[in-house]
Amino acid sequence: MALIAKSERLSDRDEKVSANKLHATQYIVVLVLAVLAAGMWRLQILGVDSYRMLAEANRVRKQPVTAPRGKIFDREGRILVDNYPSVSCYLLREQVKDLSTDIPMIARGLDLPVEQIQATLRRYASSPKYQLIPLKLDITQDEQAFIEAHRNELPELETFDEQRRLYPRDGFAAHLIGYVGELSAEDLNSSKYDFYQPGDVVGKSGVEETYDEVLRGTDGSRDVIVDSHGKEVGQLGQQLAIPGKDLRLTIDLDVQRAAELAMEGHNGALVAMDPHTGEILAMVSRPTYDPNQFSVRLTRDYWSQIVNDPDHPMMNKTIQAQLAPGSTFKIIMSLAGLEEGVAQSMRVMCNGGGTFYGRFFACDAHHGMVDIDHAIPWSCDTFYYTLANKLGIDTIAKYATEVGLGQKTGIDLPDEAAGTMPSTAWKLKTQHEKWYAGETISVGIGQGAVQVTPLQLARALGGIASGGVLKRPHVVFPDELPPDMVSAIDSTFPGSGDRVVPITPENWETITDAMAATLGPGGTAGAVHLEGIDFAGKTGTAEVVSHSAGAKSLGTGNERANAWFVGMAPRRNPDIVVAVLCEHGGWGAEAAAPLAAQVINAFVTKQRQREGNILRLTNASKPAASPAPSPNGVPTASATPVVRPGAANASAVKQP
Amino acid sequence: MSRFSSYRDFDWMLMGLVSLMSIISVLEIKSATLHTRFRGFDHKQIGFLLVGLLLMFLISRIDYHRLVDIAPWVYAIGILLLLAVRLVGTRVAGGKRWINLGGGVHFQPSEWVKLVLILVMARFFWGIAGRQPGWMDIAKAFALIGVPMGLVLIQPDLGTALTYFPILVAGLFLGRIRVRQVIVLLLGFFLLIGGAWMSGKRLKPYQMARLTSFIDPGSDPRGAGYQILQSKIAVGSGGLWGKGTNQGTQTQGDFLPIPYTDFIFAAFCEEHGFVGGVGVLLLYFLILMRLIENAQQAADMPGAFLVMGVVAVLLFQIVVNIGMVVGLMPVTGIPLPLMSYGGSSILFTFLALGIVMNVRMRRFVN
Repeated sequence: MALIAKSERLSDRDEKVSANKLHATQYIVVLVLAVLAAGMWRLQILGVDSYRMLAEANRVRKQPVTAPRGKIFDREGRILVDNYPSVSCYLLREQVKDLSTDIPMIARGLDLPVEQIQATLRRYASSPKYQLIPLKLDITQDEQAFIEAHRNELPELETFDEQRRLYPRDGFAAHLIGYVGELSAEDLNSSKYDFYQPGDVVGKSGVEETYDEVLRGTDGSRDVIVDSHGKEVGQLGQQLAIPGKDLRLTIDLDVQRAAELAMEGHNGALVAMDPHTGEILAMVSRPTYDPNQFSVRLTRDYWSQIVNDPDHPMMNKTIQAQLAPGSTFKIIMSLAGLEEGVAQSMRVMCNGGGTFYGRFFACDAHHGMVDIDHAIPWSCDTFYYTLANKLGIDTIAKYATEVGLGQKTGIDLPDEAAGTMPSTAWKLKTQHEKWYAGETISVGIGQGAVQVTPLQLARALGGIASGGVLKRPHVVFPDELPPDMVSAIDSTFPGSGDRVVPITPENWETITDAMAATLGPGGTAGAVHLEGIDFAGKTGTAEVVSHSAGAKSLGTGNERANAWFVGMAPRRNPDIVVAVLCEHGGWGAEAAAPLAAQVINAFVTKQRQREGNILRLTNASKPAASPAPSPNGVPTASATPVVRPGAANASAVKQP
Repeated sequence: MSRFSSYRDFDWMLMGLVSLMSIISVLEIKSATLHTRFRGFDHKQIGFLLVGLLLMFLISRIDYHRLVDIAPWVYAIGILLLLAVRLVGTRVAGGKRWINLGGGVHFQPSEWVKLVLILVMARFFWGIAGRQPGWMDIAKAFALIGVPMGLVLIQPDLGTALTYFPILVAGLFLGRIRVRQVIVLLLGFFLLIGGAWMSGKRLKPYQMARLTSFIDPGSDPRGAGYQILQSKIAVGSGGLWGKGTNQGTQTQGDFLPIPYTDFIFAAFCEEHGFVGGVGVLLLYFLILMRLIENAQQAADMPGAFLVMGVVAVLLFQIVVNIGMVVGLMPVTGIPLPLMSYGGSSILFTFLALGIVMNVRMRRFVN
């Protein structure tokens, strides 16, 4: 009751609220709402463009579509290098949130050290915000699941499907093929990579490097619309990725296999080439490495392992090993001697060596009376000491240079070495000293200052056996490349290239028959004779360390002589020439020759099988592939009854 | 004695404005939840609106003097409810603000307490009307508002607690407080804020973060800075005419956070541009003007106080919410009256409007 009474008392009051104050509140309302409207004006009228842009940036994302890299095949279309699908994780920085708070979570989920993520962020700090940062490539399924599960908390993580390189196992043809890797900061600075982006994957060695332009294709992109969780909700447009072009190499998988098998357990190199065209049929370097390790991200351990290996697994020894050729050089000596008209009439008495300029130079046997026809198969050092002395270094150098020693061959692979062919001019230029006649003597047997690569030897000896027609070695067929690429390759890889060296037909026959005799009874490589195949060649045993008192010694361990052998079939206009280097292998005949024989055997067997098949299928004869325009006066093999120009030669039965 | 009341005096114009606002609200909520798991919230909102309408009619039948009379009792119940929340409330996302009544119905006492405080304030200042308030009165007023404010603050719910303050301000303003006293109060206020800042204990970390991110949106990585920025992007990219209904890319793409409650105005501005936004502001303007007119025509002081209390709360919420949306104010969890989705907010608003109707309908003294 008191309550009601109270209100009645109150209701007796007639006071009202001040009208002015009520009026004032109206103005306050107007003012306040005007301020709000001004705030809207600022955003929607003044700032509409920049906010529109931000709205777009929120939702439109450019996703790269990586172009699959071209595959690599052998000459018969058998696959060597392929791609496999892999998922990678990238970081988006368009969102306005600060990413540093997410780093620990990301580090845990992707199994990355926190410092690495931070370093990556720093590296890309100056690049545009829409650029994706690669965080971890080739992630596991667990890591993929982590990213999916945390789409809401970590919308800045994005996954992409990419293709990665799949190379043959166990380093098969690793040096020839090469590998791919991400461009480093230094790479990007060089002009070679002017049109490349950070993060681009390029060929880093071998064919992958030389033909990177062909293989890589062009990445495309998709403009996708995403919601705030990064989920794709639509697509605006796309630029199709242009896949890289496939590449067909000149190598023959069967010959390469034979070569890899032959070189198993040896350090060194083996290169097989078709002297008619210069096409490389096989290329092996030992020890080898596994290029699949480079496909994703090279581990520090693996890298230091192969970089510190004293046998240099990363080196392509077929084109980079520069070593004294040993007795294989005698073929070039013979060419010089015969063309100069000196060697034909030479008769040298070999009693285990000879004295020249007050020094005794040893031969490793007592050959008795030696002429040119026997000097090659017996590999008599005394003969060649004498010949070298007669010719003099500059004459020797002249012929050696003509067949390509001391220069690169111009093969389309990176980092080829040029070797060394000494001469008086050379010595003056490089050592500012006069050439002493005494130094010529050891050059005569392929020792001393002369250095060759296995490929140079293969080209030189194969060319001599082809009547002086030398070809530029190459690993890709030029007519399968666009013409401007061909000329670009030619100018990028200068070398002795295609050349014709005049050889008198009789001299040609002398040399080639003598090389065939090497593989016969009494020849240094007689034990490696291949029945039914016209197999010719030259052994070489190059001393690594020169021994005192002119004694020839094989040496042991790392001082053991390098074993060389260059073989070919048939003896004239060969279809295949194989150069083998066995580092510290000892005798060329023992260590290197059998390996070459294996490869040549495989090649010829295959050839005959094929011919057999073709003969059974059709009766048409194989088209005659003429090696080169006939050099002046020097006939092609048609002069000799034994051989014909063309691929069928090797399978012809050897004539006595 | 009862006063004459007639439904002819029912404020149809205000109803019209409010209905228009409600329709906009439902449509905008629909758009904002279209692609989310909150689909169907627009239907719920319609439900709340209908219940709100009903309650509004109901409360307008009761003579407001009666309400003012029982204010002390209602106040006590309100305090009890707030205490109940602390004891039996359901814990949601770091706070206890709701009591689960079962059947999917949640009851948020802090919203209702707003209403209670309006009644209490009206009664208090009417009680001391006729004289200028002394310090004792001011202290009492602060205490009356402050206790529930404190209880809500520790839920924690800074936003709702803040909405109690304008009720006090309205009361003091209309209660003929002197300028001198205002200055003293302001000084004391700033000292308090300074002290709280120094101790850093009064505000929860996220609340502190909200304030700092308002001052510097770039500093707060996720959370508040992000929200303000997304809101500005949504609003700004709307431009003059907006992107069209349901075409707001930021809203549809889920970039705008909580688009159906706190940021509903941003969603609206994205879709309807400056023109639409100003239109809504205009609607609020008209509603508020109408309310003030009702206060001016009120029969007596308590009536005026009641209406102005409602005006104060509504204006405060409008300013704080829209201010936040356009980046002029820090992020708070305060809903936009009549627009934001939310049962408690709608019901409070309609009850408050019911009280206003109440006052209007009885403005003619017999």
